[in-house]
Amino acid sequence: MFTGEEVVNLSRLQFGLTAMYHFLFVPLTLGLSFIIAIMESVYVMTHKEVYKDMAKFWGKLFGINFAMGVTTGLTLEFQFGTNWAYYSHYVGDIFGAILASEGLMAFFLESTLVGLFFFGWNRLTKVQHLTVTWLMAFGTNLSALWILIANGWMQYPVGAEFNYETLRMELTSFSDVFFNPVAQVKFVHTVAAGYVTGSMFVLGISAWYMRKRRDLGFARRSFAVATSFGLASVLSVIVLGDESGYSAGETQKVKLAAVEAEWETHEAPAGFTVIGFPDQEAEETHFAVKIPYVLGLIATRSVDEEVKGLTELRTENIDKIRNGMIAYRELEKMRGGDQTPETRALFEEHKNNLGHALLLKRYIDDVSQADEAMIQQAAKDSLPRVAPLFWAFRVMVASGFLMLFIFAASFYYCATRRAGQQIWLLRMATWSIPLPWIASEMGWFVAENGRQPWTISGVLPTFLSASEISPSDVYLSLIGFAVFYTALLVVELFLMFKFIRLGPSSLHTGKYHFESAETPATAH
Amino acid sequence: MFDYETLRVIWWLFMGVLICGFILSGGFDLGVGILLPFFGRDDMQRRVMLNTIGPTWEGNQVWLVTLGGAMFAVWPLVYATLFSGLYLAMILVLFTLFLRPPAFDYRGKLESPKWRSTWDWVLFTGSAVPTLLLGVLVGNLIRGVPFHLNHELRSFYDGSFFDLLNPFSLLCGVLAVLLLMLHGAIYLQWRTEGELYFRARAFISKFGVIILGALTLLAIWVLLSMEVYRLPNDALFNAASNPLAKTVEKQSGGWLAHFFLHPWMLFAPIMAYAGLWTAYLLAREHTCRAAFISSCLGLIGVLFTVGFGMFPFLLISSTDPGSSLTIWDASASHLTLKITFWITIVFLPIVLMYTRWAYKVMWGPVTEKMISEDKHGWY
Repeated sequence: MFTGEEVVNLSRLQFGLTAMYHFLFVPLTLGLSFIIAIMESVYVMTHKEVYKDMAKFWGKLFGINFAMGVTTGLTLEFQFGTNWAYYSHYVGDIFGAILASEGLMAFFLESTLVGLFFFGWNRLTKVQHLTVTWLMAFGTNLSALWILIANGWMQYPVGAEFNYETLRMELTSFSDVFFNPVAQVKFVHTVAAGYVTGSMFVLGISAWYMRKRRDLGFARRSFAVATSFGLASVLSVIVLGDESGYSAGETQKVKLAAVEAEWETHEAPAGFTVIGFPDQEAEETHFAVKIPYVLGLIATRSVDEEVKGLTELRTENIDKIRNGMIAYRELEKMRGGDQTPETRALFEEHKNNLGHALLLKRYIDDVSQADEAMIQQAAKDSLPRVAPLFWAFRVMVASGFLMLFIFAASFYYCATRRAGQQIWLLRMATWSIPLPWIASEMGWFVAENGRQPWTISGVLPTFLSASEISPSDVYLSLIGFAVFYTALLVVELFLMFKFIRLGPSSLHTGKYHFESAETPATAH
Repeated sequence: MFDYETLRVIWWLFMGVLICGFILSGGFDLGVGILLPFFGRDDMQRRVMLNTIGPTWEGNQVWLVTLGGAMFAVWPLVYATLFSGLYLAMILVLFTLFLRPPAFDYRGKLESPKWRSTWDWVLFTGSAVPTLLLGVLVGNLIRGVPFHLNHELRSFYDGSFFDLLNPFSLLCGVLAVLLLMLHGAIYLQWRTEGELYFRARAFISKFGVIILGALTLLAIWVLLSMEVYRLPNDALFNAASNPLAKTVEKQSGGWLAHFFLHPWMLFAPIMAYAGLWTAYLLAREHTCRAAFISSCLGLIGVLFTVGFGMFPFLLISSTDPGSSLTIWDASASHLTLKITFWITIVFLPIVLMYTRWAYKVMWGPVTEKMISEDKHGWY
């Protein structure tokens, strides 16, 4: 038995939208906090006031963004319980422990210090304040680490096993969960993407000031910091994205095959499909343009290992479903009071595939009684929709390389002391500000939609994870989110644009563009 | 190191500590937020009020976030049942909590009086409504909530949103608002000078008695007539968490009977009453720090009165008592309790240390002069 399809779909929509909305603010927080810390470090080392102004001005924009990050982050903490109650029961033992650790180790640090960052300028020594800034940046990143450990566990659930007495997954090794290879690679890829976002933001806005020939000293220095930090970060993102591909080749074969629209297992080394039109029904990709060898190299780091195709993975899942049916049958016996060692042994042997049998719950309540047609259908369900993943992934990669070009060109001109003379580059930098956001959102779409039909890969199907609530409740909350989030976004963008236009004049130091132009009296 | 049973009790206590952390610190933020439009007669006074809590409210709110995470980890089924069962109420708490960060951060960004007074009322809503709803929630936890579990441990809520708004729970909600207003006023009195100081003190003098009266009324209600749920004496404390394997007995005679079975527990209601009463008296005598500490002790007393009254229950089902969740049958695995125990033991003191430092740095009376000297720096 499972919750109505409608509640599941609405809850997925709500979770997807609120999570993606949250991630409009997170990467900027991750990136800006470090950029500000770098600027303030230069200030403390060189005593040049302009670097303090930089830290303060970008700090103002950081603050406007941070408020929204906190607001929208609350939603995610609540939503597992409100909309995904069965998920919360089923994996809270592991997933909840990670979230609790995040609160205690990271979120407290970042939130306590953010107050001192804004209000402590006159009450702390230079070095103390700098320490606060670095610790705040460290806190935001530590926060991201825990969240990605939680998410990594959903993709590749290690260090846990099913307990038949409590009907849930339980922790067996916290260090396995912490050092989950998927989580570690994802973490570095994600925070580096945050650094790119922060850099692109500072770069694009500074480029705009340079184009308007305003506050040039301030803008050029910001431009230079953003360029070097951005170039290093965008290179890390790309290298670690490739590392994600390698780790996916080992641990998330279905997702990798779906992203690459690899229907059949080809002879090694597999070619990389640059572009094409995936067709789910026919299980093939039309008009595919392929580069030989590349996929094999990314996914297996070798020229002789195969990359499994979707059709083969689906066939493998049929076996898993059948094994899982045995586990389910024995589980029911044990729940009914059967204590014999044979039952227990048979269950233990097959319990790792219990999750696959649960895919059958869509068609039959007692899944051990499923017929052949149901099994085939469940196996078909075990693959995600290919086309959206295929395209989202390519948009992400294209955005990444475009940003690499912008940072590399900016870096070249900074290094040769000609930064700011190339109007085309300044204009391009400003208009490219949305790129890192597009790339991040697409990346998360690939990660999360590529995991479907599971919430916990191979363990718990999405359609079993939702709460027993009525569709009208979820409609109400969805409407509420839409209204609240739109209103907040309008206010946020309004303030963002206002302060960006005002620039460092908003600090009221008397040194910047609008202050000297409008009120010459402040010049003395 | 600790057996399963002990850890279950320790974590009950830890959760109490986290709730206290939120009520004591986040509590005066909420209280000041509620008082803001009434105490602050002009923009400057409101800014003074905001900046008494401005630099630290963000850290204080993390107690609530951590509480959510810890509940997810330590009592997964309670987290699941409570949040999904009370879906609309929880969503409403969430929506009103949304209002707080932007209200603090965006209010001062523009000079326009209209902009600022709008955000003041937004912050009022974001403070009063969650406080009221969380109070209503506590009332419903005390009474029991209509839900049941099926054989797969899926939880079903058997009531409606409006069932939550029963007279008893509403009174709990109103009391929560009043208590935090008192707590906020005491904090404000401690951190301000001049007009605001006296306005806070006048509020405490006038409303203190009313608040204590409401508390007394509620206490009598609970102590004399609230049903007590009990586990049979052969309940298992060390077994795997399975809430379906138990029977629950109801006992009449109110919480008073329950407390007389374990008389030492009576210290909690006594502390609640004595603490709040002392806080009221001390605030009138201008001893602000002592008044604040008393108020904290009083709130801790209130919380533990509820905790002891329900122990070992966490979530009582009023329609299917057998489905009720207790610390013995709804907790996380032994390993998770152990690991989160050590994480808490190590990190909570660190959190308290740097929080204390943050307060120390920002301490001192907040004055109009201080704000006008750095007009663009403060909230």
